[in-house]
Amino acid sequence: MGCFKIVVLAQRLPTLFSFRTVSSDPLVEIDNVTFAYDQRTILNGINLSIPKGKVVAIMGGSGCGKTTLLRLIGGQVRPSKGAVRVAGQVVNELKQDELYALRRKMGMLFQFGALFTDMSVFDNVAFQMREHTDLPESMIRDLVLMKLHAVGLRGAAHLLPSELSGGMARRVALARAIALDPMLMMYDEPFAGLDPISLGVIGQLIRRLNDALGATSIVVTHDVMESLAIVDYVYFVSAGSIVAEGTPEQIRASEMPFVHQFVKGEPDGPVPFHYPAPDYRDALVGGRNA
Amino acid sequence: MLDWGGRRISAIGAVLVNALMRAGFAARFLLAILLNSGTAFRRFGLTIREIYFTGVLSLIIILVSGLFVGMVLGLQGYDTLQRFGASEALGVLVSLSLVRELGPVVGGLLFASRAGSAITAEIGLMKATEQLSAMEMMAVNPIARVVGPRFWAGVISMPLLAAMFSAMGVLGGYVVGVLLIGVDSGSFWSQMQASVDFANDIMNGVIKSIVFGIAVSLIAVFEGYDADPTAEGVSGATTRTVVTSSLAILGLDFILTAFMFRGL
Amino acid sequence: MNRKFYDFWVGLFAVLGFAALAFLALRVANMQTVRQHETYKISAEFDNIGGLKVRAPIKSAGVVVGRVSGIALDPKRYRAVVSMELDRQYLFSRDASAEILTSGILGEQYIGVSPGAEETMLKDGDRIKLTSSAIVLEQLISQMLFNKAADGSSGGNKQ
Ligand SMILES: Nc1ncnc2c1ncn2[C@@H]1O[C@H](COP(=O)(O)OP(=O)(O)OP(=O)(O)O)[C@@H](O)[C@H]1O
Ligand SMILES: [Mg+2]
Repeated sequence: MGCFKIVVLAQRLPTLFSFRTVSSDPLVEIDNVTFAYDQRTILNGINLSIPKGKVVAIMGGSGCGKTTLLRLIGGQVRPSKGAVRVAGQVVNELKQDELYALRRKMGMLFQFGALFTDMSVFDNVAFQMREHTDLPESMIRDLVLMKLHAVGLRGAAHLLPSELSGGMARRVALARAIALDPMLMMYDEPFAGLDPISLGVIGQLIRRLNDALGATSIVVTHDVMESLAIVDYVYFVSAGSIVAEGTPEQIRASEMPFVHQFVKGEPDGPVPFHYPAPDYRDALVGGRNA
Repeated sequence: MLDWGGRRISAIGAVLVNALMRAGFAARFLLAILLNSGTAFRRFGLTIREIYFTGVLSLIIILVSGLFVGMVLGLQGYDTLQRFGASEALGVLVSLSLVRELGPVVGGLLFASRAGSAITAEIGLMKATEQLSAMEMMAVNPIARVVGPRFWAGVISMPLLAAMFSAMGVLGGYVVGVLLIGVDSGSFWSQMQASVDFANDIMNGVIKSIVFGIAVSLIAVFEGYDADPTAEGVSGATTRTVVTSSLAILGLDFILTAFMFRGL
Repeated sequence: MNRKFYDFWVGLFAVLGFAALAFLALRVANMQTVRQHETYKISAEFDNIGGLKVRAPIKSAGVVVGRVSGIALDPKRYRAVVSMELDRQYLFSRDASAEILTSGILGEQYIGVSPGAEETMLKDGDRIKLTSSAIVLEQLISQMLFNKAADGSSGGNKQ
């Protein structure tokens, strides 16, 4: 049995360490992508690239299409124009089995957790190991407890998702996303609903995990201060395209009104707080006249 | 007036086109399930778990309903038969009604409302809470991992449940006819055995229940998978599962009966 | 809820299900009719088969010895040809006769076979020569009325 473990690990080593060297060639490239739900255009000719080995933040107002962007990278939705490239493959042209092969090397933390409600916390984290590897159960147990320990929930392994608080559920979802040490990790708002202590721990975890595994991470977040402390690069999305980008130092120093507004959290500025709608006064007065 | 009629016709047309499109989609979905059935059989533990939820949890309602239907058949059948002095044919009447029709049909209707609706609600909620998306992102095909085992569990459970329904019904008829009313026990069984044919009656009933099992399971998983990912969407899909499967069972029963028992 | 829990209940479920099937096969139906491989085929011609159906029983001295396997009309002579499958263990001599009988007044119709005296037995594919047709109730009644009427008219002539 012990011998078997070593063989399995050795087989996995290349995928674990092949991205260790931090190079500047991009792992993910979004090339002039346009995407629309039904008639409404969400992303409009967006371009961005994410270099191997880096942690990149994507920020933007609520509803600007950040989650959609992650779905495009994961191949769950396909763009109407343009190309999404991950590790040299055009995601939106892959066949189902090729797409599944690529997804095995991706991990995604869903915005709302999406834990499997019919399984315990332990089984949730063990899910991919059981589906995709032949690891013996004793080894799966060790790996799962390690992942849960990293998010501070080793003691909650036997609980069901319905018995977790919102923040705990997100941390379990995070442990599940990193279960197979993927080469590309996507975190959709990993800090939402966390207390300041967990927030700091999780931020550091994302950074350290990325560096230890030589992986690449995309963090969608609204938490400007926390993310500026851990990421290498930031993209700002607005109105379907990238409006600003830079390293954390550049962002902090930026005088661009958009970035300024976002970093300072001001209600007035180029980022609209309101979803597009007819004039407020017209709507109220018009409503009374009708 | 003409405009009203025209709109009616076009509305009916739209409903028909929509129904046809959904039927086509369901057929493609069945193909996808069959192509992805490997998981359900290779890891039979997954299917066993689902048989527990579809089959074992339907046991009580099936056994109790079967018993009562059989007892009512015993009462009604005796009442009618004794007018013709044929009360010892009670066993024939009870058993033929059950194995040919009531076992598969009533068993199927109960199965659709007990297990089919539960399957739809579960898959629909998994979709609404992005669990199916999450599974896809983990490179696990939800059709193989979630839908397949539930479909096959339904297909396996249904014939067994129908057989139990019929068996309980015959016992119910025996209890009422022989133990309570006093029909001769020997002629109750011997007339039954002389008239019920294994290949033609029992096996045709089993074939019916297999067909109903496929239909109900397909409708249930399809409605769940196709549900709008909202609370109303899931509740609507659950209702549609019960309504559509019931109609499908009754329609298929007519067709199958016409083929099986023609000229007998 | 672990694996063993599900295995136990599903195992019990399967046992109950197959027990029900076995009950239906052995107690409700008589599995004897399943032994169809041990049969031989013969046929018989009738003027009128009445309400005889495929799968109706064939009885000799009240014991079921086979089933009707097919009914067809001979297009040249307009006679009904009934093919039968008889159990191999029951053999009948070549001059056996077949008649269509009714169990009770309104009961199902079946074929009764009466044994003959010859030494040679009927083989697979043989045809029973001696047959008598079904009694058709309507014909019986009309015949009776006709006879009554004839009696009545002849009586009138005598007077
Ligand atoms: N399934 C869908 N069908 C139609 N429109 C959708 C769908 N999902 C999202 N949208 C729309 O697409 C837009 C972008 O959605 P998305 O979820 O990508 O936003 P987001 O940037 O992640 O927002 P948030 O920060 O609030 O999570 C929104 O305006 C939303 O209304
Ligand atoms: Mg989002």
